[in-house]
Amino acid sequence: MSYLTRRLSTFPLVMLGVSILVFVAIRMVPGDAITAMLGTEAGLLTPAQREALANYFGIDQPIAVQYWHWLLGVFRGDLGISVTYGKPVLGVILERFPLTLQLALMSMCVALLVGLPAGVFAATRNEKMSDLAVRIFAMIGQSTPNFVVGLLIIYALSAGFGILPTMGEFTPLLVDPLRNLGQMILPAVTLGFAFAASVTRISRSAMLDVLSDDYVRTARSKGVPKRSVIWRHALPNALIPVVTLSGVEFGYLLGGAVLVEQIYALPGLGRLVLDAILQRDYALVQGCVLFIAFNFMVVNLIVDLVYVALDPRIRLGEGG
Amino acid sequence: MLRAIVSHPSGRIGGTIVVIYVVVALLGMFDVTPHNPLQQYRIDRLHSPNASYWMGTDLFGRDVASRLMKGVGQSFFVGFCSVTLATLAGTVLGLTAAWFGKAWDGLVMRIMDVLLAFPAILLALLIIAIAGPGTWTSIAAIAIVYTPIFTRVVRGPALSIKAREFVDAARTFGSSRRYILTRHLLLNLVAPLTVQVTLALAWSLLTEAGLSFLGLGTQPPASSLGLMLADSRNLMETAPWLLIFPALAIMISILGFNLLGDALRDIFDPRTRRSAA
Repeated sequence: MSYLTRRLSTFPLVMLGVSILVFVAIRMVPGDAITAMLGTEAGLLTPAQREALANYFGIDQPIAVQYWHWLLGVFRGDLGISVTYGKPVLGVILERFPLTLQLALMSMCVALLVGLPAGVFAATRNEKMSDLAVRIFAMIGQSTPNFVVGLLIIYALSAGFGILPTMGEFTPLLVDPLRNLGQMILPAVTLGFAFAASVTRISRSAMLDVLSDDYVRTARSKGVPKRSVIWRHALPNALIPVVTLSGVEFGYLLGGAVLVEQIYALPGLGRLVLDAILQRDYALVQGCVLFIAFNFMVVNLIVDLVYVALDPRIRLGEGG
Repeated sequence: MLRAIVSHPSGRIGGTIVVIYVVVALLGMFDVTPHNPLQQYRIDRLHSPNASYWMGTDLFGRDVASRLMKGVGQSFFVGFCSVTLATLAGTVLGLTAAWFGKAWDGLVMRIMDVLLAFPAILLALLIIAIAGPGTWTSIAAIAIVYTPIFTRVVRGPALSIKAREFVDAARTFGSSRRYILTRHLLLNLVAPLTVQVTLALAWSLLTEAGLSFLGLGTQPPASSLGLMLADSRNLMETAPWLLIFPALAIMISILGFNLLGDALRDIFDPRTRRSAA
């Protein structure tokens, strides 16, 4: 079986596994679902009322039957009702998703705009002081958790310039683009920081590999200008690992940057999950986790497909 | 081995940081701190760093240096326990999957695929949602998150070692399954596992700090670096030391483990040395 077929055939299986895990995990929460749904008011219910409610929500049925009904609902786009918001879970998620998507895209732009040139620069100056400086910076960048970067940025701005990032009501991009970008730029830089460090390291190492290849040496010996050798001959081939890394990181970011959203008070998907956990809104936790895992898997699948398209050797070789 | 680490630039710096980190962590864990980390010196609230309070005091007048040492100890404890659990579980699962193959291999690897389908922090949050926040939940959550990575790291090389002649020879000689698994397979996996353990320690410190920052890890009044950072948020302008020292502690410790991990990878696999950043 080719890598592609195997990858595509395991996708629905793994997704099914994810749905079972999420469903079972939420049912392992101590206490019964009715108490979780109604909170302290559940104490006022008579046993008969409790039984009627259990029957209404179908939780008196065996877990396999419950799972089957829930799965059918998921296929119809019905992820249940959020107790906190009093609205369908999918609607709540889709309200938050554009912000998370925008943040992920902006962070990726920051990472590629900084990381790629820095990596290429370092590779062309291998083992010189400037290469060392880029490597040290990248290593520090990779070792700094993004919430620490966020706090340090906020501190530097407030202590150095007396500016505090806008943390008021969030403005969507389509409502007021300028205000929106003003609110999003610092979170994007914060998330892009470690991401840029990874891009720098991987693009430097990929460029070093490619620059020692025979075809690059041939191009150089034919008298092709150095700049053209680097950007036109070497870089396109060095991009394969960068594409993979960026794709995987993008998948992570689509899951919501819980910590950074928390620091900058952004109403994204990450904070939605966190709030749902803190408020014990289990339908919402379940829906969010499933939605995020689905996105993450789809992005990873696309990354794999792009990788195969870029490097045909994988189609024939053994894949993980 | 030690000589190889010392002669590698990243190994030297990373190793030094890790040794200092472990010493500070042990001092913190065994309460050898300049002050009692929970003692509130109310008259010295929000005191800037001085000879008595090396890193200043917090809003309740508690010594930041002592709390930081305690926090480093706490993060080391969580990191060490979770990575040990993940290594043990991942090694057993990876080895048995590679050895027995067939249905067991399929089952183990599909479960690992399912666990890998979640972004790490999300899976940790899901586990904490079920079990409730706390130190032991953090340990379990981080261990479960990193088990699939160890399983994969072990299974791949174990499969190729299993097919080597010396394993066949050992079977022919009548060596027991346990002997072959532990002596022949496991001993040959020490190199990739050591690298992975070092890097996983860096990630676990990061995850622990993140979970505590969100209020889902270590619970107050116990000290943790993530909690200290969360507490510093509203005071960073008046008392920047509350932010700077824990931030530096997290950054430097993760940097140390990353550098050491990179150095070990180079030492075990010289092919990567040229291109390693």
